[in-house]
Amino acid sequence: MIRRVLLLLALLSVALAGGTAHAAVEPDEILADPMLEARARGITRQLRCLVCQNQSIDDSNAPLAKDLRRLVRERLKAGDSDEAALGYIVARYGDFVLLRPPVKSTTWLLWYGPAALLIAGAVFLLLRVRRRERAAAPAPLDEAEAKRVAALIAGEPRSPRREGAP
Amino acid sequence: MRLRYLIPGIVFALLGAGLVYALMTIQSGKKNPATVPSALIGKPVPEFVLPAPAGFPQGLSTADIKGRVAIVNVFASWCPPCHVEHPLLLDLAKDKSVLLVGLNWKDKDEKLAAWFKEAGNPFSHIGADRDGRVAIEWGVYGAPETYIIDRAGKIVYRLAGPLTEQLLRDEIRPLLARLKQ
Repeated sequence: MIRRVLLLLALLSVALAGGTAHAAVEPDEILADPMLEARARGITRQLRCLVCQNQSIDDSNAPLAKDLRRLVRERLKAGDSDEAALGYIVARYGDFVLLRPPVKSTTWLLWYGPAALLIAGAVFLLLRVRRRERAAAPAPLDEAEAKRVAALIAGEPRSPRREGAP
Repeated sequence: MRLRYLIPGIVFALLGAGLVYALMTIQSGKKNPATVPSALIGKPVPEFVLPAPAGFPQGLSTADIKGRVAIVNVFASWCPPCHVEHPLLLDLAKDKSVLLVGLNWKDKDEKLAAWFKEAGNPFSHIGADRDGRVAIEWGVYGAPETYIIDRAGKIVYRLAGPLTEQLLRDEIRPLLARLKQ
Protein backbone atom coordinates (compact mmCIF):
# COMPACT_ATOMS: atom_id res chain seq x y z
CA MET A 1 0.00 0.00 0.00
CA ILE A 2 2.72 2.47 1.02
CA ARG A 3 4.62 1.56 -2.09
CA ARG A 4 1.60 2.30 -4.22
CA VAL A 5 1.14 5.71 -2.59
CA LEU A 6 4.81 6.51 -3.15
CA LEU A 7 4.54 5.53 -6.80
CA LEU A 8 1.48 7.74 -7.18
CA LEU A 9 3.30 10.67 -5.58
CA ALA A 10 6.30 10.14 -7.85
CA LEU A 11 4.08 10.09 -10.95
CA LEU A 12 2.24 13.16 -9.76
CA SER A 13 5.44 15.10 -9.21
CA VAL A 14 6.64 14.17 -12.70
CA ALA A 15 3.32 15.32 -14.15
CA LEU A 16 3.49 18.62 -12.25
CA ALA A 17 7.10 19.20 -13.21
CA GLY A 18 6.06 18.58 -16.81
CA GLY A 19 4.01 21.74 -16.60
CA THR A 20 7.10 23.87 -16.37
CA ALA A 21 9.40 21.64 -18.41
CA HIS A 22 7.82 23.09 -21.58
CA ALA A 23 9.74 26.32 -21.11
CA ALA A 24 12.29 26.81 -23.86
CA VAL A 25 14.63 28.88 -21.69
CA GLU A 26 18.18 27.58 -22.16
CA PRO A 27 20.75 27.42 -19.39
CA ASP A 28 22.92 30.15 -20.91
CA GLU A 29 19.99 32.57 -20.80
CA ILE A 30 19.16 32.18 -17.11
CA LEU A 31 20.11 35.12 -14.94
CA ALA A 32 22.28 34.56 -11.86
CA ASP A 33 19.86 36.52 -9.67
CA PRO A 34 16.85 34.23 -9.02
CA MET A 35 14.56 37.18 -8.23
CA LEU A 36 15.37 38.84 -11.55
CA GLU A 37 15.03 35.52 -13.37
CA ALA A 38 11.59 34.96 -11.85
CA ARG A 39 10.51 38.42 -13.00
CA ALA A 40 11.89 37.73 -16.48
CA ARG A 41 9.94 34.46 -16.67
CA GLY A 42 6.78 36.29 -15.58
CA ILE A 43 7.21 38.84 -18.38
CA THR A 44 8.16 36.42 -21.14
CA ARG A 45 5.16 34.23 -20.34
CA GLN A 46 2.93 37.20 -21.27
CA LEU A 47 4.59 37.81 -24.63
CA ARG A 48 3.48 36.12 -27.81
CA CYS A 49 6.06 34.49 -30.03
CA LEU A 50 5.49 36.22 -33.37
CA VAL A 51 6.87 33.29 -35.33
CA CYS A 52 4.56 30.59 -33.93
CA GLN A 53 1.88 33.04 -32.69
CA ASN A 54 0.09 30.76 -30.23
CA GLN A 55 3.02 30.18 -27.92
CA SER A 56 4.60 32.55 -25.46
CA ILE A 57 8.25 33.41 -26.02
CA ASP A 58 8.93 31.55 -22.78
CA ASP A 59 7.66 28.36 -24.46
CA SER A 60 8.96 28.84 -27.97
CA ASN A 61 12.17 27.50 -29.46
CA ALA A 62 12.10 30.00 -32.34
CA PRO A 63 15.35 32.00 -32.63
CA LEU A 64 13.41 35.27 -32.44
CA ALA A 65 11.79 34.12 -29.18
CA LYS A 66 15.25 33.44 -27.77
CA ASP A 67 16.44 36.90 -28.82
CA LEU A 68 13.44 38.51 -27.15
CA ARG A 69 13.94 36.48 -23.95
CA ARG A 70 17.52 37.76 -23.89
CA LEU A 71 16.35 41.29 -24.51
CA VAL A 72 13.83 41.20 -21.65
CA ARG A 73 16.57 39.96 -19.30
CA GLU A 74 18.92 42.69 -20.52
CA ARG A 75 16.29 45.33 -19.82
CA LEU A 76 15.69 43.98 -16.30
CA LYS A 77 19.41 43.89 -15.59
CA ALA A 78 19.64 47.49 -16.77
CA GLY A 79 17.12 48.35 -14.03
CA ASP A 80 13.83 48.45 -15.95
CA SER A 81 10.60 47.78 -14.06
CA ASP A 82 8.41 44.92 -15.31
CA GLU A 83 6.08 47.41 -17.00
CA ALA A 84 8.96 49.21 -18.69
CA ALA A 85 10.46 45.97 -20.02
CA LEU A 86 7.07 44.87 -21.32
CA GLY A 87 6.48 48.33 -22.79
CA TYR A 88 9.83 48.16 -24.59
CA ILE A 89 8.71 45.10 -26.55
CA VAL A 90 5.16 46.41 -27.10
CA ALA A 91 6.54 49.67 -28.54
CA ARG A 92 8.29 47.63 -31.24
CA TYR A 93 5.82 44.86 -31.93
CA GLY A 94 2.47 46.37 -30.93
CA ASP A 95 -0.35 45.08 -28.73
CA PHE A 96 -0.45 41.88 -30.78
CA VAL A 97 2.65 40.72 -28.91
CA LEU A 98 0.67 40.61 -25.66
CA LEU A 99 -1.10 37.29 -25.13
CA ARG A 100 -3.60 39.10 -22.88
CA PRO A 101 -5.03 41.99 -24.91
CA PRO A 102 -5.14 45.33 -23.06
CA VAL A 103 -8.52 46.86 -22.18
CA LYS A 104 -9.05 49.89 -24.42
CA SER A 105 -11.85 51.30 -26.53
CA THR A 106 -11.00 49.06 -29.50
CA THR A 107 -11.10 45.92 -27.33
CA TRP A 108 -14.23 46.69 -25.30
CA LEU A 109 -16.30 44.42 -27.51
CA LEU A 110 -13.81 41.63 -26.88
CA TRP A 111 -13.68 42.11 -23.12
CA TYR A 112 -17.27 43.07 -22.31
CA GLY A 113 -19.10 41.56 -25.29
CA PRO A 114 -19.71 38.12 -23.74
CA ALA A 115 -20.98 39.59 -20.45
CA ALA A 116 -23.23 42.02 -22.34
CA LEU A 117 -24.58 39.14 -24.44
CA LEU A 118 -25.26 37.10 -21.31
CA ILE A 119 -27.12 39.95 -19.61
CA ALA A 120 -29.11 40.72 -22.79
CA GLY A 121 -30.06 37.03 -23.01
CA ALA A 122 -31.15 36.93 -19.36
CA VAL A 123 -33.27 40.07 -19.75
CA PHE A 124 -34.87 38.69 -22.92
CA LEU A 125 -35.66 35.39 -21.22
CA LEU A 126 -37.10 37.09 -18.13
CA LEU A 127 -39.41 39.27 -20.23
CA ARG A 128 -40.52 36.26 -22.28
CA VAL A 129 -41.33 34.21 -19.19
CA ARG A 130 -43.22 37.10 -17.56
CA ARG A 131 -45.31 37.64 -20.66
CA ARG A 132 -46.10 33.95 -20.98
CA GLU A 133 -47.14 33.77 -17.32
CA ARG A 134 -49.50 36.67 -17.79
CA ALA A 135 -50.96 35.09 -20.91
CA ALA A 136 -51.44 31.77 -19.11
CA ALA A 137 -53.29 33.35 -16.13
CA PRO A 138 -56.96 32.10 -15.99
CA ALA A 139 -59.58 34.41 -17.47
CA PRO A 140 -62.20 35.68 -14.99
CA LEU A 141 -65.42 33.61 -14.83
CA ASP A 142 -68.46 34.77 -16.73
CA GLU A 143 -71.86 34.97 -15.02
CA ALA A 144 -73.07 31.42 -15.78
CA GLU A 145 -69.77 29.90 -14.62
CA ALA A 146 -69.80 31.96 -11.45
CA LYS A 147 -73.29 30.69 -10.60
CA ARG A 148 -72.29 27.08 -11.15
CA VAL A 149 -69.22 27.45 -8.97
CA ALA A 150 -71.28 29.09 -6.22
CA ALA A 151 -73.77 26.25 -6.40
CA LEU A 152 -71.02 23.63 -6.16
CA ILE A 153 -69.50 25.30 -3.15
CA ALA A 154 -72.93 25.54 -1.49
CA GLY A 155 -73.00 21.73 -1.54
CA GLU A 156 -75.43 20.52 -4.17
CA PRO A 157 -74.02 17.18 -5.23
CA ARG A 158 -74.70 16.53 -8.94
CA SER A 159 -74.56 12.78 -8.42
CA PRO A 160 -75.19 10.78 -5.26
CA ARG A 161 -72.04 9.91 -3.35
CA ARG A 162 -71.45 6.40 -2.28
CA GLU A 163 -70.33 5.72 1.30
CA GLY A 164 -66.67 4.84 1.60
CA ALA A 165 -65.70 6.09 -1.82
CA PRO A 166 -62.50 8.17 -1.83
CA MET B 1 -46.36 35.53 -36.36
CA ARG B 2 -44.66 33.89 -39.38
CA LEU B 3 -41.98 36.60 -39.23
CA ARG B 4 -41.05 35.58 -35.70
CA TYR B 5 -39.92 32.19 -36.97
CA LEU B 6 -38.02 33.80 -39.87
CA ILE B 7 -35.79 35.93 -37.60
CA PRO B 8 -33.40 33.15 -36.50
CA GLY B 9 -33.09 32.06 -40.14
CA ILE B 10 -32.20 35.58 -41.23
CA VAL B 11 -29.67 36.02 -38.42
CA PHE B 12 -28.04 32.71 -39.33
CA ALA B 13 -27.95 33.57 -43.04
CA LEU B 14 -26.24 36.91 -42.26
CA LEU B 15 -23.69 35.18 -40.04
CA GLY B 16 -23.02 32.60 -42.76
CA ALA B 17 -22.60 35.30 -45.40
CA GLY B 18 -20.12 37.14 -43.17
CA LEU B 19 -18.05 34.01 -42.62
CA VAL B 20 -18.02 33.14 -46.33
CA TYR B 21 -16.92 36.71 -47.14
CA ALA B 22 -14.07 36.50 -44.56
CA LEU B 23 -12.93 33.15 -45.94
CA MET B 24 -12.94 34.47 -49.47
CA THR B 25 -10.85 37.55 -48.65
CA ILE B 26 -8.32 35.32 -46.88
CA GLN B 27 -8.31 32.88 -49.80
CA SER B 28 -7.69 35.64 -52.32
CA GLY B 29 -4.72 36.86 -50.26
CA LYS B 30 -6.19 40.32 -49.65
CA LYS B 31 -6.10 39.82 -45.92
CA ASN B 32 -4.05 37.46 -43.83
CA PRO B 33 -5.06 37.23 -40.18
CA ALA B 34 -1.62 35.88 -39.26
CA THR B 35 0.08 39.09 -40.42
CA VAL B 36 1.18 41.19 -37.49
CA PRO B 37 0.28 44.85 -37.93
CA SER B 38 3.34 47.04 -37.54
CA ALA B 39 3.47 49.11 -34.39
CA LEU B 40 5.92 51.45 -36.09
CA ILE B 41 3.72 52.92 -38.83
CA GLY B 42 3.86 56.69 -38.41
CA LYS B 43 6.84 56.46 -36.05
CA PRO B 44 10.34 57.70 -36.83
CA VAL B 45 12.99 55.27 -38.07
CA PRO B 46 14.74 53.62 -35.10
CA GLU B 47 18.24 54.84 -34.23
CA PHE B 48 20.92 52.36 -35.26
CA VAL B 49 24.35 52.03 -36.87
CA LEU B 50 25.35 48.81 -38.63
CA PRO B 51 28.61 47.89 -40.36
CA ALA B 52 28.66 46.63 -43.94
CA PRO B 53 29.01 42.88 -44.45
CA ALA B 54 32.52 41.84 -45.57
CA GLY B 55 33.01 42.73 -49.22
CA PHE B 56 30.40 45.50 -49.35
CA PRO B 57 31.36 49.19 -49.33
CA GLN B 58 28.52 50.89 -47.40
CA GLY B 59 27.08 50.01 -44.01
CA LEU B 60 23.67 51.26 -42.92
CA SER B 61 22.62 53.72 -40.25
CA THR B 62 19.65 55.95 -39.45
CA ALA B 63 21.56 58.94 -40.88
CA ASP B 64 21.72 57.27 -44.32
CA ILE B 65 17.93 56.94 -44.48
CA LYS B 66 16.82 60.30 -43.09
CA GLY B 67 15.84 63.02 -45.55
CA ARG B 68 15.13 60.70 -48.48
CA VAL B 69 12.29 58.54 -49.69
CA ALA B 70 13.69 55.13 -48.83
CA ILE B 71 12.91 51.45 -49.05
CA VAL B 72 14.42 49.27 -46.34
CA ASN B 73 14.37 45.57 -47.17
CA VAL B 74 15.03 42.99 -44.46
CA PHE B 75 16.59 39.97 -46.12
CA ALA B 76 18.97 37.05 -45.73
CA SER B 77 20.66 34.57 -48.03
CA TRP B 78 19.10 31.67 -46.05
CA CYS B 79 15.57 32.89 -46.71
CA PRO B 80 13.94 31.33 -49.82
CA PRO B 81 11.24 34.02 -50.35
CA CYS B 82 14.04 36.61 -50.34
CA HIS B 83 15.48 34.87 -53.40
CA VAL B 84 12.02 34.92 -55.00
CA GLU B 85 11.58 38.68 -54.54
CA HIS B 86 15.20 39.51 -55.49
CA PRO B 87 14.50 40.26 -59.21
CA LEU B 88 11.80 42.73 -58.16
CA LEU B 89 14.28 44.53 -55.91
CA LEU B 90 16.75 44.73 -58.79
CA ASP B 91 13.95 46.30 -60.81
CA LEU B 92 13.13 48.79 -58.02
CA ALA B 93 16.82 49.72 -57.83
CA LYS B 94 16.63 51.25 -61.33
CA ASP B 95 14.76 54.23 -59.85
CA LYS B 96 17.63 56.32 -58.52
CA SER B 97 15.36 58.89 -56.85
CA VAL B 98 14.46 56.32 -54.21
CA LEU B 99 17.05 55.03 -51.76
CA LEU B 100 16.96 51.23 -51.68
CA VAL B 101 18.84 49.73 -48.75
CA GLY B 102 19.13 46.29 -47.18
CA LEU B 103 19.08 45.09 -43.61
CA ASN B 104 20.90 41.76 -43.75
CA TRP B 105 19.29 39.76 -40.94
CA LYS B 106 21.24 37.05 -39.09
CA ASP B 107 23.26 36.12 -42.14
CA LYS B 108 26.78 34.93 -42.87
CA ASP B 109 28.82 37.54 -44.77
CA GLU B 110 30.39 35.00 -47.13
CA LYS B 111 27.04 33.41 -48.03
CA LEU B 112 25.57 36.83 -48.80
CA ALA B 113 28.62 37.79 -50.90
CA ALA B 114 28.38 34.54 -52.90
CA TRP B 115 24.68 35.04 -53.57
CA PHE B 116 24.95 38.69 -54.65
CA LYS B 117 28.02 37.97 -56.80
CA GLU B 118 25.83 35.67 -58.82
CA ALA B 119 22.44 37.42 -58.62
CA GLY B 120 23.42 41.09 -58.37
CA ASN B 121 23.16 43.65 -55.58
CA PRO B 122 20.09 45.90 -55.61
CA PHE B 123 21.11 47.88 -52.51
CA SER B 124 23.23 51.02 -52.20
CA HIS B 125 23.76 50.34 -48.48
CA ILE B 126 23.68 47.06 -46.56
CA GLY B 127 23.72 46.79 -42.79
CA ALA B 128 24.93 43.49 -41.32
CA ASP B 129 22.61 42.75 -38.40
CA ARG B 130 24.38 39.57 -37.37
CA ASP B 131 22.66 39.05 -34.00
CA GLY B 132 19.28 40.45 -35.06
CA ARG B 133 19.30 43.18 -32.41
CA VAL B 134 18.57 46.04 -34.83
CA ALA B 135 15.80 44.03 -36.53
CA ILE B 136 14.01 43.93 -33.17
CA GLU B 137 14.13 47.74 -33.08
CA TRP B 138 12.23 47.66 -36.37
CA GLY B 139 9.71 45.10 -35.11
CA VAL B 140 10.89 42.51 -37.61
CA TYR B 141 9.57 38.99 -37.02
CA GLY B 142 10.54 37.24 -40.24
CA ALA B 143 12.29 37.72 -43.55
CA PRO B 144 11.64 39.24 -45.96
CA GLU B 145 10.06 42.44 -44.74
CA THR B 146 9.93 45.73 -46.58
CA TYR B 147 9.56 49.18 -45.04
CA ILE B 148 8.98 52.47 -46.84
CA ILE B 149 10.20 55.70 -45.26
CA ASP B 150 9.13 59.24 -46.15
CA ARG B 151 11.42 62.28 -46.38
CA ALA B 152 10.71 63.21 -42.78
CA GLY B 153 12.17 59.88 -41.69
CA LYS B 154 8.83 58.36 -40.74
CA ILE B 155 7.84 54.76 -41.48
CA VAL B 156 4.77 54.88 -43.70
CA TYR B 157 4.46 51.31 -44.96
CA ARG B 158 5.44 47.82 -43.90
CA LEU B 159 5.10 44.59 -45.81
CA ALA B 160 5.72 41.30 -44.03
CA GLY B 161 6.44 38.71 -46.69
CA PRO B 162 7.85 38.79 -50.21
CA LEU B 163 7.21 41.57 -52.73
CA THR B 164 5.07 40.62 -55.70
CA GLU B 165 4.46 42.25 -59.10
CA GLN B 166 0.90 42.94 -57.99
CA LEU B 167 1.95 44.65 -54.74
CA LEU B 168 4.50 46.76 -56.58
CA ARG B 169 1.92 47.87 -59.13
CA ASP B 170 -1.03 48.41 -56.80
CA GLU B 171 0.58 49.66 -53.60
CA ILE B 172 4.29 50.35 -53.60
CA ARG B 173 4.88 52.29 -56.82
CA PRO B 174 1.85 54.57 -56.28
CA LEU B 175 2.98 55.20 -52.70
CA LEU B 176 6.54 56.02 -53.78
CA ALA B 177 5.20 58.40 -56.46
CA ARG B 178 3.15 60.20 -53.81
CA LEU B 179 6.07 60.41 -51.36
CA LYS B 180 8.41 61.81 -54.03
CA GLN B 181 6.14 64.76 -54.79
